[in-house]
Amino acid sequence: MADTITVNGTAHPVPEDPRVSLLDFLRHHIGLTGTKKGCDHGQCGACTVIVNGIRINSCLTLAAMHDGDSVTTIEGIGTPDDPSALQRAFLEHDGFQCGYCTPGQICSATAMLEELAADWPSDASESLEGRIAISGEEIRERMSGNLCRCGAYANIVAAIEEVAAGGRS
Amino acid sequence: MRPFQYTRAPSLTEASNLTAGEDALAIAGGTNLLDLMKLQVETPGQLADINRLGFADIEATDDGGLRLGALATNTDTAVHPRVRSDYPVLSRAILAGATQQLRNKATNGGNLCQRTRCFYFTNIDQPCNKREPGSGCGAIDGIAKLHAILGTSNQCIATYPGDMAVALSALGAAVEISGEKGERSVPVRDFHLLPGDTPWIENVLEAGEIITGIVLPAPVGGTQIYRKVRERSSYAFALVSVAAIIELADGKFSRADLAFGGLAHKPWFDPRIGECLLGQPPSAALFEKAADILLEDARGYGENDFKIPLTRRTLHAVLAQVTGDAA
Repeated sequence: MADTITVNGTAHPVPEDPRVSLLDFLRHHIGLTGTKKGCDHGQCGACTVIVNGIRINSCLTLAAMHDGDSVTTIEGIGTPDDPSALQRAFLEHDGFQCGYCTPGQICSATAMLEELAADWPSDASESLEGRIAISGEEIRERMSGNLCRCGAYANIVAAIEEVAAGGRS
Repeated sequence: MRPFQYTRAPSLTEASNLTAGEDALAIAGGTNLLDLMKLQVETPGQLADINRLGFADIEATDDGGLRLGALATNTDTAVHPRVRSDYPVLSRAILAGATQQLRNKATNGGNLCQRTRCFYFTNIDQPCNKREPGSGCGAIDGIAKLHAILGTSNQCIATYPGDMAVALSALGAAVEISGEKGERSVPVRDFHLLPGDTPWIENVLEAGEIITGIVLPAPVGGTQIYRKVRERSSYAFALVSVAAIIELADGKFSRADLAFGGLAHKPWFDPRIGECLLGQPPSAALFEKAADILLEDARGYGENDFKIPLTRRTLHAVLAQVTGDAA
């Protein structure tokens, strides 16, 4: 039996060609085109997905390295009828213009909220220990791996900050 | 990407066997290697996936230190409670590099082995003695803003780009290596090499050798700082960085372990800096003297001339910060 990668709860066989990146596997092999290819070099974050609960650049890893892993893509986060809290906040705050970077932004921010909940420090954190104070500065640092060529950053930060602060109350 | 044979190494011994060949490379996180394979800077015929070999734990050593598994991710390491409390300069250095997505995938062993970001190295249409021995160095008379000012050769002026290893150098950590001939331990300060006439040899790893861990000595305390100067406030390589572990006793330096990033083909550690500072009370004149020693043999290549005064000022700023602006 072939090794499998579980994507949004469904198991798929690992591709035979070892050159296939996890990103190309998602888009071309199993037809989940929500995850976007921007730079294909780990610089833009458009391809961000969540693997075993951790956000990574799917362009810089081989599908063959992920058999047995569980991947969550934008298709597994929300639907038009039932968007996640972050997706609602992006709509409310107009956190995009063209929308190309948005799946990566949402996947990245979804995992980032878990990192904040676990009080992982960032380069912007005053202290390495204790609770992280949520701020625009923290969110900008933590989201620096996701570029938005339309420059919707102010609204993206506002959307994420609202959900992050809500999670704390 | 050129075709290659992918093998998941079933054991450390097998990983050594697989990577002993000239055409073979080990892959762990892959964030740097796959990038270079897409650019055809790296074209291995054989790729040995070592991700499932275990050694991902972070655990205390018998003498009170900490052993970081080579396959622990940069994130695992930076957020580990003992790294945060006992080796804050290491957490800070890791968090100052790359992005969260990359740190989540990149491993400690791979981080040590990452290649330079020299534009001539990563562009296969350009000359580069590191990538293609004998083809020349485009950077020496070319675009050299990120390039080295210390320990360069007429073959190569590339820098080692990482942050983590700079902190490890200041901390006096050691790299644990396993190979066909057995196991050995190499101080981080001796792990990376200067370019000399063989810029393609970047560290002491021999064919078939795999990094299994990094050992931190028992915590030394002190004030620990990682100061990174870069062109953007996030996700940019260091122009200059300083990892500093400083302690004062009776108003004089009783510990001064400093290492520098962005200056050379390796994290730069010069024992004369500590010797200059130890036993002396902090003063602006003393800081200048330390900078004079550090930069004694510094040489700019046009675009990176600014790094010489920038390094002086950054060292001065770190020492002034730690000593409460005593100077």
